[in-house]
Amino acid sequence: MIVRLMGEGQYRIDEQLREQLNELDGRAATAIDQNDEPALDDLLDEMWQLVRQRGEQLADDELSGSDVIIPPSDLTLEETKKLFSDEGLIPDLPAR
Amino acid sequence: MAGLLERMSLVIKSKLSKLLDRAEDPAETLDYSYEEQLKLLQNVKRGIADVTTSKKRLQLQADKLEQSLVKLDTQARDAVAAGRDDLARQALERKTLAQRQLQDLDVQIQQLEGQQEKLTTSERQLSAKIEAFRSQKEVIKAQYSAAEAQVRIGEAATGIGEQMADTGLAIQRAKDKTELMQARAGAVEELIEAGTLEDFTAGDQSQLDRELAQISAGQQVDAELERIKAEVGAGAGQKELER
Repeated sequence: MIVRLMGEGQYRIDEQLREQLNELDGRAATAIDQNDEPALDDLLDEMWQLVRQRGEQLADDELSGSDVIIPPSDLTLEETKKLFSDEGLIPDLPAR
Repeated sequence: MAGLLERMSLVIKSKLSKLLDRAEDPAETLDYSYEEQLKLLQNVKRGIADVTTSKKRLQLQADKLEQSLVKLDTQARDAVAAGRDDLARQALERKTLAQRQLQDLDVQIQQLEGQQEKLTTSERQLSAKIEAFRSQKEVIKAQYSAAEAQVRIGEAATGIGEQMADTGLAIQRAKDKTELMQARAGAVEELIEAGTLEDFTAGDQSQLDRELAQISAGQQVDAELERIKAEVGAGAGQKELER
């Protein structure tokens, strides 16, 4: 599975790490629901660390999309929430 | 994994597929997409230049503050030597203020450096992906039928689209940071102009400068007076001998 650390790059991760991230992801969802920004930031930092340590970084010219995208912990809770919605912090892709 | 993070990836993919569904001619879509990628690459380059300019401006201010620290320290010493503790205190108060400003500036400069690094990484990745996309699009245009091409385009577009979104966000965040810092830098410059921090950078003499100048002028006058008195006294002695 391919993971993107936003603003840093893409990594390929194994099944074991995927399960670990899955668990942290569940807790991150709870933190967001409870508006608990410190807890969310800690969880995101933990995910980043795991991916950096155990993932294999993809080459810059790799054109694969990612299965999962992990935002950085220095966004505000509101910004992070927006990332998960359709309007998105992520700018609209150019339409013609 | 149907969690939050997957949702983010899905948001991007759905935006992309909406875009691709609209396209009737795959070759045209590819070329159009490539042009957009090049525009974004120009944007990220401009973003790097802006961050660099802002950083330089802050560094210039920091240099000025460093110089004023030295100057204020010298002034405090001169004042103490002249027995004017009140002036020394004023100089030291300003020095403390300047030191605090300098610490703030250092933090801001570091933050801009972080943004600069992120944008540079993003530029490198985007540039490599654009190059890969360019060669792939030529292959797709040359070798596949329209139906097959659509599938291949989808694959290539996902990777590049995601990178474009990521780079776009990096540019936005760097821009927000840079604007904030520029506003702060402007505020410090206004303070300097208003005279609140006059001594830090202004060429004009501050009140402190003037008083210190008076002290040293006073000392010079005293010394000169002593010298003249001594000469005159010696002259008078001479005359008495001649008589």
